[in-house]
Order: sequence, then structure tokens, then C-alpha cells
Amino acid sequence: MARYELLLTLAVALFALGLLGVMVRRNLLVVVMSLELMLNAVVLSFVAAAAHTQTLHGVAMTFFIYVAATCEIALAMALLVLLVRRRGTLDLAAGQELKG
Amino acid sequence: MTDAFIVLFGVLALVFAGLVLWLRQPMRSALALVAHMICLAAIYACLGVHVIALFQVLIYVGAVMVFMVYTIMLLDDRDSAYAHRFSGTLVPGVLVAVAVAFALWRLLGPAVPDLPAGPGGAPFGFTAFATAFMQQYWLHFELATILLLVGVIAAWTVIREER
Repeated sequence: MARYELLLTLAVALFALGLLGVMVRRNLLVVVMSLELMLNAVVLSFVAAAAHTQTLHGVAMTFFIYVAATCEIALAMALLVLLVRRRGTLDLAAGQELKG
Repeated sequence: MTDAFIVLFGVLALVFAGLVLWLRQPMRSALALVAHMICLAAIYACLGVHVIALFQVLIYVGAVMVFMVYTIMLLDDRDSAYAHRFSGTLVPGVLVAVAVAFALWRLLGPAVPDLPAGPGGAPFGFTAFATAFMQQYWLHFELATILLLVGVIAAWTVIREER
């Protein structure tokens, strides 16, 4: 298997693992970590394409993904702490009674 | 030799990603995620994209994950979410993840025609990256700073709301 295909296969596997974590884990923190796994898989595919074509577009896009990930994590952690203080738990199953 | 290192770090990245999902304690999951990100940085270094390898370690491991570890330390480790790992959607979740992986692999894998090659050379050095960034992507860079500012204000507003 060529290097580019190998890296894309790895990116697909990592994205699927992240998606699995988002769907099956009950701990809100681990769900956020699974989202990071998915973002990392996207970054890997961009870098693989950039290295394959020897162009800078994928690398520049990766930089902007890092900026978006930093914003996302800052806001997600603030919301998570707020949610835990209000509900008293990180368990996603405790949110089943949400209405409206 | 480089390909062997890429395969090695790829396998390690997959193993650590699996551990993120498998481990019960969020602190251990976070440490597995850090190891996963370091493996990805090693892959980027093997590919010659040193700029992104450095960003991966500095921004993701150094900033994002440390922030997450601090948040875990703020929370109660007797939470009920620590006792039960998986929700009731485990089987459908696995099926959906496998289906998505298969669909993505079909889309991105052998079906995609080869990407057109660039002008050649190695544009991933710091000088070339910085020059191209300031010449071609300066507007995007400014927009990114605004996004960061909005993120900081939003996080601050959420915390103030809580008080």
C-alpha cells in the first residue's frame, strides 16, 4: 500500500474511533476527547494530502484547524464545568430528562 | 526506513486512540490522548512537515490537553460516569462507526484519482511556511485571531454566567 493510501486509511480509522467514542461513551469529558480524536484524523488527512502534493494549502488549513480546536476546547471546558456544577454529574445519561 | 516509522507510529496512534475509548478514568484517557497526539506529531515529522509536528506538540499537547487535564482535576472523581463506561447504544454505535469508516474509505481510498502534484521542492520549512503565510493567508490569519478573541469572550461569559 502506498504511503498516501496508508495515511488516509489511518485517518479514516481514527475518525471512526472518535465517532464511536462520541456515540457510546457516557462520560462527557471522554466524549470531548473523542471529538479531538476526530479533529486529529481530519488534520492527518490534510497533512497527508499536503505531503503528497508538496503544496502548502493543507498545512495552512491545519493551522486554522488548530485555532478552531483551541477555541472549541476553551468553550467546551467552560460549558462542561458549568454543566457539572448545575447537574452534579458528568454522566450523559443524566441529561435524558432535558426538555424544550 | 521512514515508511517503517510511519507504520510503527500509526499503529501506536491507533492503540492509544483505542485506549482513550476503553479506559475508565478520564485522566488516563487524557494521557492516552496525549500519547496519541505525540505519535501523530512523529508521523508529521517523518513526512517532513516539521511545522505541523511542532504545532501539534505545542498547541495540542502543550495547551489543549493541559487545559483538559486541569479541568479533570477540578471535577469530582466519584462521579457516576466513572463507574459506567458505555451507554446503551454500544452495538448500534459500533455498527454506525464501521459503516462510516467503510463509506469514508471507499470515498477517500482507492476510488480517488491521484492528486495533482505541486511545483515541487519542500515548502514545509519554517521560512517558506512563514513567508507564504504572511503573503497568501494574512487575511485568514487575521480572521483566526478574531475567532480566538470571540472564543475567549464566550468562555469568560459562560463562567461569569455561572457566578
